[in-house]
Amino acid sequence: MVPPTPRRFPLPDSHAAVANANVSRDAHAPDSLQLRHHFATEEQQRDAVNLGMWAFLATEVMFFGGLFAAYLIYRTWYFPDFAAASKSIDAAMGATNTAVLICSSLTVVLAVWAAQTARRTLLIVMLILTMLLGCVFLGVKGKEYKDKFEEHHVPGASFSFDNVPVPGHPDQYANPRHAEIFFALYFIMTGVHAIHMIVGLGIFAWLLAMAWKGRFTPEYNTPVEIGGLYWHFVDIIWIYLFPLLYLIDRHA
Amino acid sequence: MSEHSTSSPLPRYFAIWAALLICTGLTYYAATLDLGSFNAAVALGIATFKATLVVLFFMHVWHAGEKLIKLVVISALFFLLLLLGLSMTDYATRLWS
Repeated sequence: MVPPTPRRFPLPDSHAAVANANVSRDAHAPDSLQLRHHFATEEQQRDAVNLGMWAFLATEVMFFGGLFAAYLIYRTWYFPDFAAASKSIDAAMGATNTAVLICSSLTVVLAVWAAQTARRTLLIVMLILTMLLGCVFLGVKGKEYKDKFEEHHVPGASFSFDNVPVPGHPDQYANPRHAEIFFALYFIMTGVHAIHMIVGLGIFAWLLAMAWKGRFTPEYNTPVEIGGLYWHFVDIIWIYLFPLLYLIDRHA
Repeated sequence: MSEHSTSSPLPRYFAIWAALLICTGLTYYAATLDLGSFNAAVALGIATFKATLVVLFFMHVWHAGEKLIKLVVISALFFLLLLLGLSMTDYATRLWS
């Protein structure tokens, strides 16, 4: 009988390989504490987390997609009334908020870069700036809502939109019932967006606490990346909300 | 996703930021012009251009090493277009008869 030739290399699941894997992980333990045991490498874990986040964002696209579909259908049906209602919103505030969010997207991308290149102070400054810009956005939004409440443009018992001419047709008044649909969509879409902003502020507060403790390194910064993806997504939603809600038939 | 280029991405980030701000001003200005039925098309076109810039460069899809992420982005867009496109082919053409 020929004796079996000994294996030259341990198979991936052999005791030797598992033991070696643990040893090599322990060798740089402080960094790789963040590597969960079911991932082979940090690269793999990073890709998996990113993919998971993108799958979540895909469901968010569907969530907002339903609202956009409702908006487009009613806008097609009641275009003159939507134009009149849209004109009653302060477009300058909407444009300001767009610029504010774009600036916050820049600070987010700089925060991710700072985390990847081990610049802790820059990371903390950028996270704080992002949160400040987020608060500015919500403040402007709050002012807008306040104006709408005072003008009785909030759908409900005290809603009133009487004798408002249709843009381009001074002899024609907008139908208050149809304008109310516009304002319902306006409050739902901007409201859900604002809730996303508030959630984003919470995420960034947590990221700030972690960054303060120095938890992010060039090897481990996935939370900053993931939080950044979320923030950019919320920015993209606003990029569409701004022209759709604020700029219908402005020229007329 | 990790950057594969060795050069600093900062100039690109600031360029994208400037482009986004310019596009916002452009949207605001275009809304004051009378382009007939093209007003909505121009506004949505600029918005889509801005969103594409954010997705590709701020969300690092352009440099994503993982092809699955591109697949998820494209499939999300595909189903969104299906939702909006099929809805609008119905509702926007009901008055044609």
